[in-house]
Amino acid sequence: MTFDPEVMSITFLSLKISGLATLLSLFVGVSCGALIALSQFPGKKIVVSLVNTGMGLPPVVVGLFVSIFLWRSGPLGFLELLYTPAAIVIAQFVIATPIVMGITAASLQQLPKKMKLQILALGASRAQMVWMLIKEAKLPLLAAVMAGFGGVISEIGASIMVGGNIKGYTRVLTTATVMETSKGNFDIAIALGIILLLLAYVINLILTYVQQRERPR
Amino acid sequence: MGIMQTPTSDIILTARNLRVVRAGTTILDISELMVREGEVLSLIGPNGAGKTTLLQSVCHLHKRFEGEVLFRGKVIGKNYAVSDYRRRVAMVFQEPLLFDTTVFKNVASGLKFRGVDKKDIERRVSENLERFGIAHLRDRSARTLSGGEAQRTSLARAFATRPEILFLDEPFASLDPPTREGLTHDLEKILLESQTTTISATHDRNEALRLSDRIAFMRNGKIEQLGTPSELVNNPVDEFVASFVGVETVLTGNVVGRGEGGTWVVSVSGKNIEVTEPLGEGETVVLHISPENVILSDNFVGKKTSIRNYFTARITCIIPLGPFIKVYLDCGFPLVAYITNESRETLALSEEKEVTASFKATAVQVIARKESEIN
Repeated sequence: MTFDPEVMSITFLSLKISGLATLLSLFVGVSCGALIALSQFPGKKIVVSLVNTGMGLPPVVVGLFVSIFLWRSGPLGFLELLYTPAAIVIAQFVIATPIVMGITAASLQQLPKKMKLQILALGASRAQMVWMLIKEAKLPLLAAVMAGFGGVISEIGASIMVGGNIKGYTRVLTTATVMETSKGNFDIAIALGIILLLLAYVINLILTYVQQRERPR
Repeated sequence: MGIMQTPTSDIILTARNLRVVRAGTTILDISELMVREGEVLSLIGPNGAGKTTLLQSVCHLHKRFEGEVLFRGKVIGKNYAVSDYRRRVAMVFQEPLLFDTTVFKNVASGLKFRGVDKKDIERRVSENLERFGIAHLRDRSARTLSGGEAQRTSLARAFATRPEILFLDEPFASLDPPTREGLTHDLEKILLESQTTTISATHDRNEALRLSDRIAFMRNGKIEQLGTPSELVNNPVDEFVASFVGVETVLTGNVVGRGEGGTWVVSVSGKNIEVTEPLGEGETVVLHISPENVILSDNFVGKKTSIRNYFTARITCIIPLGPFIKVYLDCGFPLVAYITNESRETLALSEEKEVTASFKATAVQVIARKESEIN
């Protein structure tokens, strides 16, 4: 039952969409997060608190605004992306980016303050210094990736609003679970639920492993 | 010995009118400091004296200072790029601040920043791992190192870049005494053979006395005294410097009169100490007796020699310090003596034992004088 081809293709699509959204959020989130953490500017605290608020962005709100933008008569309507997998990627990217950004900024700020000076004192250029710091924070950054991915693969509001749960096209694990449950197809719903749980478990396993590692001296 | 006599070509680093002000308080104020090529200069002084701020300023790790720093006569930031300068110096901090990778890659990191090719990296890293006795840790993760091993890795990482100036910011402060002792010893050897110009901030006076060609005593952001270790020990500018540079025996007493042969007698805790320096009766004076000038013996017959001060002393503590032994004595006032391992054996010294401690009247230095409160 679990290996039902339809269930498998839904799982595969979910992983593809959420994986791509997370990957995109990684580029934007890590670079913006590093910028926020490593530079001093007026209003830094306000920016950080905005990012932190963004980490808890309700997916339905994201779904609403992405829908408005992609609506046929909306500002990006000409792209004809609404009810496509790309729309879900966009919505999930919007959800995941603040999560990655927030965790990146926090993890870089948690490195010993003198680490930056030590790297500069070893002759690093500014770019080399930032790269070294990101490498130093690689474990918390992995946590950021996992948190971002975990957040988007289990979200439903935005996926159903901008994707439309179209069979074989934009039907993902969460939207399928909702639908099968409402149809009374509990066996399929349970199978989908178990897959989601398994994914959540793997993510948390990695997170726990990361958190239990000691810092070097 | 004085820095003034040396030709300017010898000066590798000059700091001029260096000032750092934070939140309205001046935390560093140095009018001029010159460092000679190849010398080891130690910065000592209490916490908050500005040692770290001075190091980070002359290393150009922050921009919040006024004044200028010259490297081989060129003003850094004006006619010498900060980035070029940083590639000619290296700094080691109190925390090892290792990267989360292997020991080898840690030591290689400075060379990688400089784009040194692989073969040279391999050679220079191996050389420095060997030098600091950590070749066997080469492939270990930095995360698994002990405190001493981590600091050795950090030092090897700095030395691998062959710095023209090495800045040390209390690198041994958080190590336990035996580890610190071993590492100080190795660093001393390495500094001697590499002739690396070093500016080192430290709390540890013994470390400073042992490693340095010159010592700068800092307080409240200023250099209060700059000189060779013996200059600081023998002629401290004031009581504070004296007690800090570890001139353990610093005594306060009152001048009570003249002694035989033109000496002055100072009463310290009821005991009379004879001093050759001219004093005035009734004055309160602070005396300093260098530990190396104190002689210990079993049965001392003072009258037969020129030694005027001798006291029965109980040994309170014996601390071995490598080439010599530090003995704390109670003569009614505290006294510290340095003796050799040899004389410790001949005298069979042990704690609680009674001996005779003696020192010449000329060995007593008056480091501060004030009118007695009674007058």
